[in-house]
Amino acid sequence: MTMRRASSGGRIDRTRTVRFTFDGKAYTGHAGDTLASALMAAGVSVFARSFKYHRPRGVFACGPDEPNALVTLISEGVREPNVQATLVEIFDGLDAESQNRFPSLGFDIGAVNGLAGPLISAGFYYKTFMGPVVGSIRGTRAWMLAEKAIRRAAGLGRAGHAPDPARYERVNAFCDTLVVGSGPAGLVAAESAAAAGGRVILADLDATMGGSAKWSSAMIDGRPAAEWAAGRVAALEAMPNVRLLPRTTVWGYYDGNTLAATERVSDHKSSRAKGEPRQRSWTIRAGAAVLATGAQERPIVFPGNDRPGVMLAGAALRHAGEFAVLPAGPVVIFTNNDSAYTAAAGLAEAGAEIAAIVDVRPETSDAARALADKAGGELLTGHAIVHTHGGKALSSVSVRRFTLESGTFSGETRRIEAGCLAVSGGWSPMIHLASQAGGKPAWSETLQAFLPPEPTQDWTAVGAADGTFRLADIVTGAEAPELDPAPAPCLEIASPGKAFVDFQHDVTADDVRLAHREGFASVEHLKRYTTLGMATDQGRTSNIPGMAILAAATGRTIAETGTTRFRPPFSPVSIAAIAADRHGDLRPERRTPLHDWHVERGAIMQPAGLWFRPRIYGDPGETVEQAYVREAKAVRERVGIVDVSTLGKIAVQGPDAAAFLDRVYTNMFSTLKVGRARYGLMLREDGFAYDDGTTWRLSETDFLMTTTTANAGRVMQNLEYWLDTAWPDLRVALTSVTDQWAGAAVAGPKSREVLAACVTGTGLDDDALPFMGIVHGEIAGVPVMICRLSFSGELAYEVYCGAGHGRHVWEALMEAGEPHHIVPYGLEALGTLRIEKGHVTATEIDGRTTARDLHLDWMLSGKKPFIGSALMDREALLAPDRLGLVGLVSLDGRALTAGAHIVERGDREARDSIGHVTAVCFSPALGKYVGLALIRGGKARIGSRAHLSDPLRDRFGPVEIVSHHFFDPDGSRMHG
Amino acid sequence: MLIPCPYCGPRDVGEFTYQGDANRVRPALDAPRAEWETFVYERVNTAGPHREHWQHSGGCRAHLTVVRDTLTHHVLSAEFVRPGPVAKAGS
Repeated sequence: MTMRRASSGGRIDRTRTVRFTFDGKAYTGHAGDTLASALMAAGVSVFARSFKYHRPRGVFACGPDEPNALVTLISEGVREPNVQATLVEIFDGLDAESQNRFPSLGFDIGAVNGLAGPLISAGFYYKTFMGPVVGSIRGTRAWMLAEKAIRRAAGLGRAGHAPDPARYERVNAFCDTLVVGSGPAGLVAAESAAAAGGRVILADLDATMGGSAKWSSAMIDGRPAAEWAAGRVAALEAMPNVRLLPRTTVWGYYDGNTLAATERVSDHKSSRAKGEPRQRSWTIRAGAAVLATGAQERPIVFPGNDRPGVMLAGAALRHAGEFAVLPAGPVVIFTNNDSAYTAAAGLAEAGAEIAAIVDVRPETSDAARALADKAGGELLTGHAIVHTHGGKALSSVSVRRFTLESGTFSGETRRIEAGCLAVSGGWSPMIHLASQAGGKPAWSETLQAFLPPEPTQDWTAVGAADGTFRLADIVTGAEAPELDPAPAPCLEIASPGKAFVDFQHDVTADDVRLAHREGFASVEHLKRYTTLGMATDQGRTSNIPGMAILAAATGRTIAETGTTRFRPPFSPVSIAAIAADRHGDLRPERRTPLHDWHVERGAIMQPAGLWFRPRIYGDPGETVEQAYVREAKAVRERVGIVDVSTLGKIAVQGPDAAAFLDRVYTNMFSTLKVGRARYGLMLREDGFAYDDGTTWRLSETDFLMTTTTANAGRVMQNLEYWLDTAWPDLRVALTSVTDQWAGAAVAGPKSREVLAACVTGTGLDDDALPFMGIVHGEIAGVPVMICRLSFSGELAYEVYCGAGHGRHVWEALMEAGEPHHIVPYGLEALGTLRIEKGHVTATEIDGRTTARDLHLDWMLSGKKPFIGSALMDREALLAPDRLGLVGLVSLDGRALTAGAHIVERGDREARDSIGHVTAVCFSPALGKYVGLALIRGGKARIGSRAHLSDPLRDRFGPVEIVSHHFFDPDGSRMHG
Repeated sequence: MLIPCPYCGPRDVGEFTYQGDANRVRPALDAPRAEWETFVYERVNTAGPHREHWQHSGGCRAHLTVVRDTLTHHVLSAEFVRPGPVAKAGS
């Protein structure tokens, strides 16, 4: 087809010339043009090569329906593929590229695929690549060989790899009424909602509001429809309770009347203002939605229906009316309904030459006949197009007499010269959003279309979206011909030749029939087997014709064949717009009050959940291992200090606090004396180990519970859950106080001396502060709470103070420790000390281990029931071959690796894992590489040998299985 | 999905944590094992209105009993699991 620019008319601004490039060639257009209209005005007819057969394709539709004219936009080095040229507003400097052609659009080597067409039929991939073994080559193997070549030859645009420098934004909006679509029906709905006083949002995917009124030749209130619409839009814009969102596609309808939309803020601009986003993602919570989404035209399927020059009649009319782009040669109209007569008259009025109107129906309405007279040209009722001719552009069409009832032909084939064939197969309401928020769409036999389903949310459909096609039924005061909205039930002309149903995926009418012959009778199966309707346009132009052909093949009605459901998004949405500012590392960072001190001291900080904790405080030239060994040795020999502020801390208060703790811990807390702490273990309701920590009784009714760093949030939530849902009668209040307390553990034989040098107001000897005792005092003028407890196995104290005093107290402790060469230690040394003692952490309490597996059964009280007690003794949880906690010693003098498997045989091929390593370190106390492990049979294997197997890190070697209590098993150091 | 929290008003589902089926009857801690097995493992896969617990974890932290239609995600009602403050301390 060759198109031309009409000398007048259209809504483009002829005073403004816009320069852009397509495939490296410079073009000009006018402000208000789309890339499609500007290129067509410049005489471009081939926009793309088709998906499988590489056939030349031109613009077929207008707006979001376009299946062919997909281009790649290049901006700031970023490639955005598969953009519909009919939706791209041109601007100075726009750079677009065609797709799926090699080497060029005009000459494409891949077009030979067209000759091999019968080989690339429906289900080609399944048949060829998942088929039976042929010789030595299995189907899937053939796919691996051919994939690269096929992926290059078949397909759409190529995505880029460059990072996108554009900004994207997210906003939330709330309104009483959201109107989607600003055609006449949408404008009427928005006006009435706005007049009622509610907050109204009116969204439209076009740059200019007005919908079909922009190119309609109808009159409303005695004015051209476009003028009427512009007046209504201006009136709405002036109302304070109305927000207009042009260039905004509402693409998703979600629960709670929440709709998702993308606004193209600056896609149409040569450059963005500072801070201006490229696109804005809207989440709109609407009291009610009005779906005025209009209707889309369907093609009729016939041989040669994809030749450039064949286009939808409504699209031809819109291009003429909105962009003043007209077919240069004679136009033939091919239709099964009255609406194409409006297109014919409109095109003629704009200056096109109408050669003929070919109508499959034996007769037509008077109103249509009047329009045909206006349009000029021959009126051929009871005829059909049986083929098209021309190379890369249409030159003529073949027409035969056609009997609608039987679908048969008679008489001679006639050729009519045509540069454009404008086709109409009737209109389908755009029910995408309605279907997302509704039941099954209802088929209307009269309109030959699916109508909006019963809503499951608060919306109404109006206008063409609801199957109301007559303007007079939508707007009072509209004058338009009284056309019959019902099309003839004829969507395919079955004549020899390749007739395309899905243009974007190159699915033909024969493919649909073949799929049916091969047993794919359900529309869902058809879709997946042929890929019909699965391209980026989601079958906008192909679904209904495809279903009609399948229905005919199966001998059923379309209603019986059924439609597929629509899911979001309505049209492709950029992931960047959805993510907006939510990219990169989104986690908040939690820092303890001592964070800056650690960093100043040269600590390597390590994430621990959301927290950051010192891993080691490295001295210059030290390796990580040298650093943690030095730190751990200092604790065993003198004294060390570690930041424990990250431990979860929950205030459990109230008259029933003790009873509550008895229920959630496996061991007894009601017997705990005031001023003492106890180590506690929690199980899950299914009896597995869950969390551990110490809980301090500060008064009869006031406990301070500590949890592991990782589980703090979940434990809090579980306690709240139990209190609210299980035991609402318990008088207990829970408060998370993790952030309110700073904590430091001072550990080592000299720890008491360090405290004695800085703590005032309390005694620290065994009488005043025995093991697991709590005292209150002051350090450097700040009130502190001190508990004598130990994770390291040494004499140790945890010192807590208000978070704001954390650094002050820490520095006082450091100063008091200076005579003893106190050493701050990090997570590695903390881990080393606990491994030496065989204490468990989250790597052992991994959700699969029981208290018994971890040798914590001494904590399971037999005097009271507790959470998990009912299910912890199930047979499988008592089985002797469960994974149990043991210690490992490396026998080859090399480090063990955490996560490695343990096997019985000492060869690299051994795969019979008997367990895995949970934690490893070099133990300065033992002078060996050791680790903790969960091994089948647990303690029963102590004293035996096994082998480490870590193929990923290539670490194999012998180990000895020992007790997990490596060091000071009777605890004399911490009690002493 | 919006959940109408009795304290905070209608809030987005992202502020809430699902806390399980509210139709289950929690056994006493010392109830027989079989009752606990039923409670922990057995669920009715309801199509239609379903009573469930949600915690307003990003808000007031109260647990709510929400009746939600599993077919439409319509929230039919939401009320506190634990009605109001319990007896005053010391009473």
